[in-house]
This record gives sequence, C-alpha cells and structure tokens, in this order.
Amino acid sequence: MGELGLILIGALLVNNFVLVQFLGLCPFMGVSSRYPPALAMGLATAFVLALSAALSHVLYHFLLVPLDLVFLRIIVFITVIASVVQFTERVIRSAHPLLYEVLGIYLPLITSNCAVLAVALLAVGQELTFLATLVYSCGAAAGFALVLLLFAALRERLEHASVPTSFRGAPIALVTAGILSLGFVGFAGMAG
Amino acid sequence: MSARREQAVAPPVGAAAGVAAGGAAATLRAGVLARNPAWTQLLGLCPLLAVTTSVVNSVALALSSAMVLIGANLAVSCLRRWIPDFARLPAYVLIIATFTTCAVLLLEAYAFDLYLRIALFVQIIVTNCMILARAEAFASRQPPGLALLDALGTAAGFALALLVLGALREALGHGTLFAGMELLFGPAAAGWRIDLPGLDAGLLLVSLPPGAFIVAGLLLGAGHAIRTRLRR
Repeated sequence: MGELGLILIGALLVNNFVLVQFLGLCPFMGVSSRYPPALAMGLATAFVLALSAALSHVLYHFLLVPLDLVFLRIIVFITVIASVVQFTERVIRSAHPLLYEVLGIYLPLITSNCAVLAVALLAVGQELTFLATLVYSCGAAAGFALVLLLFAALRERLEHASVPTSFRGAPIALVTAGILSLGFVGFAGMAG
Repeated sequence: MSARREQAVAPPVGAAAGVAAGGAAATLRAGVLARNPAWTQLLGLCPLLAVTTSVVNSVALALSSAMVLIGANLAVSCLRRWIPDFARLPAYVLIIATFTTCAVLLLEAYAFDLYLRIALFVQIIVTNCMILARAEAFASRQPPGLALLDALGTAAGFALALLVLGALREALGHGTLFAGMELLFGPAAAGWRIDLPGLDAGLLLVSLPPGAFIVAGLLLGAGHAIRTRLRR
C-alpha cells in the first residue's frame, strides 16, 4: 500500500508530467487560456489516459511479450489510444449529450496528446504491475488536470496584467509556466 | 472526428496553399522561417523543451524527427490516391508510427547510450502534431517531390529551433558546447567539446526543467521584438 502511495504522489507531483517531464504541452498551452475549457479538457484527458494505460498494459503483457513483438509497442499503443478516444466520444455522445457539447471538440485532440502515450510507454518500461499501472496513470492524469487548471487560472489573471508588447501571448505564458515548474521542482526528493 | 481534427490543424492549411503557389524554393524556405513549426506555431513543444539540455541530444532528436517527417510525407504523398478520405487520419497516424518505430530501432542499434537519454521523446515523435499537420495539410494533396521539399523545410526549421535552444541551454547550464558528441558521431567527435571561459560552473536553473520554459519564453519574446523592429 505504501509503495502504491509513493507511485501516486510521484506521478502527481514530484515527476509531474507537464511541468517536470514536459509531456502534454500542446493542450497545456493550447486550451489553458480560459478556465471552463481547461476543466473539460483535464477531465476528458484524465479518463482516456487511465483507460488506455490499463488496456495498453494488458495488450503488452498478454499479446506483445508472448509473441516477441515488443518492438511494435508504439503502433499498438497509439491504436489503443485512438480507439479509446473514439469509444469515449461515442459513449458520451449517447449518454450525456449535454456533456458532449462541452467536451466534444477536445476529445479528438487527446489522440495527439503525448502524455497519454508516454504514460503507457513509461508504465510498461518500468515493469509496473497492473494495479501499479492503474495508480500511476491516475496520478499522472490528476497531475495533468491539476496543472492545467492552475495554469488556466493564472492565464486569466495574466490577461489583465501589463505585459511588454513583445512578451504578450505565448512568451509570457512560457515564462509563467517556468515559474510554476520551479515550484514543482521543489517537490524533488519527496517521493519516488 | 475527422472534420474536427481538421479544425485543430487549421492554421497550416492556409499556409500550405500559399506555399504551393510559390514553388519549390518557397516550400523549402517557408518551413524554416515563416512557418517554423516550433517558434511560430508552438508545435512539437514537448520534445523541444525536454531534450534540449545539450547540443548532442538536440541533434539526435532533430535527425530522428527529420527521418520520420520525410518518410511520412513521402509515404502519404505516394499513397494519396489510394487512402480513402474517411480513413485518412488513422492511416496517417499508422504511417507515422511505422517510421517512428524505424527511427527508434535505428537509434537503439547505432547510438544506444544516447538512446537511453532521450528514449521516451524519440518514441513519442508519433504524437508530434507537427508531423500529422504536414501530412494532412500538405503531403496529402501534393506530388512526392514537393512533399519531400516540404518535409525537408519543416525538419530544418524544427532542427534550427532545437539547436538554438540546445546550444543556449548547454552553454548557460553547463558552460560547454558540443560535449558528448562521440555518443552520436563516434570517438573522433570527442574532441569537438568546447569549454566556455567564465561559465565553468553554469547556471543550474537553466538545465533544470523550469529553465527550459523560461529560456524558451525569453527567446520567443526576443523573436517577437526583433520582428516588430524589422517591420518598422
């Protein structure tokens, strides 16, 4: 149990996927200019991330390893992710049309979120058990959603700040992300 | 799904149409400057910030990305008449995944120590939106020759961004340039290392993750400032 707790904290804070490992930066910079879409994107990504990491784990250990086809992992994992995204889209569309209206445009973008693929690859690379993979991917997903929300809130404030003309938009966003990242680097050595 | 995905990669579509009219040289040039994937479109930001702690990492990632980009653009362009419209995005992703696997295997075979350092970021080239955007916006409607030039231009632009950031962060963070090139180019390259005077300790912050964001933000701001100055 203690070990699983460490994995969770490690993936959530210490090795935060966005700010410490530089994964999933495209949605991080792309949809974080306002708070509500960031929340929608964070939730949708978290769901896809956890589900596809679990499926990738099963396929890797019960199909690729026995058949000695480990080198095909990238192709298999990206297919899994694309299918999970499609599946999520269908389910949400039929079950919660209202939620679909909010999340709809962000769902297809998740396929090209490198954090989703990276979690699946890192989990099999570290030879985590199935349970540990689940905990690891939930931690990574929560970490992604957390910094997306933090950053969206910061950027809403940033809109009203007086920033030099050349730095408006992406440059100041990057510097802000750097300062936020400095905070997360402070967790180093805490766990995992 | 496909219609929405197109929306997501909408900006390059307009650029590509303009480029096609300008001919081969313009295709090549646009990728490096006007449409630089990293600096003007903020595509492929993850590998750009993650591996640029040194020049040698940047070179390795630039070469792998170039290989995937060229391979994917050529394959998509050659197969453009046979890929049905409804299945084109999954087909492009599979083509890109295939070339990424090739790049991973090549790097594993010929530069294993370097591969260990940047393994994850070579594997996730497959999710680099820059490559999918070029396949979708350019290669899927142009002949292989132009698609090759477009890939070369885009790859050169991405490599330029990687090298500038890599050199700056290695110089400021470690006080060296071109250290460890032997990992990629064999023992002869061990002598390429330059120690910069006065920077022997280096600023730790620059080589840590926050430094990547801050240096990239400053470079981008400087780029904007220079562009506004030139326009005046």
